[in-house]
Amino acid sequence: MKKLLIWGGLVLLLMILGVGLIQSQQGQVGRGEIAPDFELISFSGETYQLSDYRGSVIVVNFWASWCQSCKPEALDLEAAYKFYQPRGDVLFLGVDYVDTEPEALAYLEEFQVTYPNGPDLRTKISQAFRITGVPETYIIDQDGVIVHVRIGPFMSLEEIKSYIDPLLDL
Amino acid sequence: MTNYTKRYLWLLTSILILAALIPGSAMAQGSYPTDDDVNAVAKQLYCPVCENIPLDACGTTACEQWRGIIRDRLSEGWTEDQIKTYFVDQYGDRVLAEPPRSGFNWLVYIVPLLIFVGGLVLLIGAFQRWRKAESEVSSGKNAKQAAKPKKAPDEYISRVEEELNKRSKG
Repeated sequence: MKKLLIWGGLVLLLMILGVGLIQSQQGQVGRGEIAPDFELISFSGETYQLSDYRGSVIVVNFWASWCQSCKPEALDLEAAYKFYQPRGDVLFLGVDYVDTEPEALAYLEEFQVTYPNGPDLRTKISQAFRITGVPETYIIDQDGVIVHVRIGPFMSLEEIKSYIDPLLDL
Repeated sequence: MTNYTKRYLWLLTSILILAALIPGSAMAQGSYPTDDDVNAVAKQLYCPVCENIPLDACGTTACEQWRGIIRDRLSEGWTEDQIKTYFVDQYGDRVLAEPPRSGFNWLVYIVPLLIFVGGLVLLIGAFQRWRKAESEVSSGKNAKQAAKPKKAPDEYISRVEEELNKRSKG
C-alpha cells in the first residue's frame, strides 16, 4: 500500500511536469488549425465572439502601443479594412496585448484605426493563440480555419490583400 | 502701533504661515507617490513581455507604462492590494510574483513540500534499514563466534611445548 502511494505520487508528479513541458514547447496555433474561439470587448464596449462570424474572413491582429514594429503596419491594416469594408464579409479585429488603455487609445487615434480593437483581458486571447510576440496576425477563412500566420509586421497593403483575396475568390 | 501690538502681529503671522505649510506638505505627500512607493508595488509584479524581470527593474516601454499606472493609482489613494487586483484583472495571474493560493496554484506550494517530506521519509526509512542490517550482521558474527567449537590442540604443537618445558627445567 505504502509503495503504491509512493509510485502513484511519483507518476502524478511526472504527469504534471510532462504536461507543463509539452505546453511550454508548443509553438503558436498554426496554419490548418481551427482558430481558438474568443470574446473581445472593444474599447468602445462592443462584444465580438469569434465563432459568431463563421462565413466571414477574419483578420486577427495582435499589437501593443509600446511595440515599435507594430506602427508601420497599422496604416496598412486600416487601409485593408477600408478596402474590404463595403463587402461586409471581412472582419478585422485588433487585440491589444499587455498594454495600458490611455496609450492604446492614443495609438489608435494616431494611426486613425477605425476597425474594432480591444484589450486582451487577462491575456486569455494571446494565450489561446500561443503568440510569441507582437505584431502577429492570423487570417482565418470562412470555416474558422487559420490559413495564414504572419509573425512580424505586414510590409504593405498589397501583402495583406494577397492573403485575403484568394479567400474571397478575387 | 505699539511694540506689543507689532510683536503680537508677527507671532500671529508666523503661526498662520506654519499652519498653512503643515497641511500643504501632507497633501503633497498624498498626491505624489515617490519612486520608492511605486517600486514597492512594482517589485511584486512581473510584466508578461519581459519574463523573469520584476517590474521595478524592467526598463522597457511597457513596464514604464505599468509603473505609470501604479503611480496614478497610488495618487488616487488605491491600496497595494487594489492595484495588484487591477493588474490581475487586466493581465492575468501570471503578473504576480507570488501566485495566488487558489486552484491549481496550490501545487506550487504543496509539491515542493511533498517532495521534501517524501524524501525525508525515504531517507529515514533507508537509514533504519541499514542500521537494522548492520546490527543483524554484527549479532550474527557474535553468535557464530560463540557457537564456534574450540579446536582440539594440535598434537605436534603440544609435544613441542612439552619438550621446550622439559629443556627449560633441565
